[in-house]
Amino acid sequence: MNILSLLFYILSAMAVGSAIMMLLSKNPVKSILWLIVVFFAISGHYILLNAQFLAVVNIIVYAGAIMVLFLFVVMLMNLNSTVEPVKNFRMQLIGIISGGALFLIILSSLMKGEGKAQLVQMRVGDAGLIKNLGNVLFTNYVLPFEIASILFLSAMIGAVVIGKKA
Amino acid sequence: MDIKYYIGLSLALFSIGIIGVLTRRNAILIFMCVELMLNAVNLLLVAFSKMHAMSGVAKASANYVADAQIFVFFIMVVAAAEVAVGLAIIVMLYRNTHSVDINFLNRLKN
Repeated sequence: MNILSLLFYILSAMAVGSAIMMLLSKNPVKSILWLIVVFFAISGHYILLNAQFLAVVNIIVYAGAIMVLFLFVVMLMNLNSTVEPVKNFRMQLIGIISGGALFLIILSSLMKGEGKAQLVQMRVGDAGLIKNLGNVLFTNYVLPFEIASILFLSAMIGAVVIGKKA
Repeated sequence: MDIKYYIGLSLALFSIGIIGVLTRRNAILIFMCVELMLNAVNLLLVAFSKMHAMSGVAKASANYVADAQIFVFFIMVVAAAEVAVGLAIIVMLYRNTHSVDINFLNRLKN
């Protein structure tokens, strides 16, 4: 077992374990912290795939901005002490069964699939570097980039309008 | 590393997100599970792009791999905008009902 697959297994276990812990923890703040661990593990996967730009953007945008926003909202609402009141065990059972069934069905079809193994390029390949991605982004994808700025502007206005006291 | 391992990992994360959306009732937690599902899909897209870098599909044009990663970048952009609006909606919900339990959201019914 080389170092790449070892790192892959460690990061995968970290991601899945933290995601399960996020589901299981009662305290919303702890859930958010576990989700940040998941995002760092996914960023580690991006680095392993040599998509360095996406790894940095993932940390900045998700772990840095979005999760802090979640944390801020949770602390603003003072939800730390609230417990979920009445448990509906039947609905929970149905949810777990349907999610697990989806997982098992696709996983079994994946395992039964034939054909030769498609390898993933790891640690090499310069397509994910900032230089190449920036080149593509500002030549082929200038229009979507500008539209994204309009999307952000409208989202900002929308958030202010919704959040304003009516 | 085989692509199957990446599909399995993304599938596991996505299924955990689905179970969270179906079982938890805190609106913020449901929103976080949606974010987790988005990230699982992003990881799979990057893995597929690197698979094509290996398999020779991208030999014709070197931009194919970069195209997929730009796609992931735009997904992140849209997710950030979505989080801003969604959290504003949750804050407004909390201000009106003093709770973020989605079972109290059935007031549109009557």
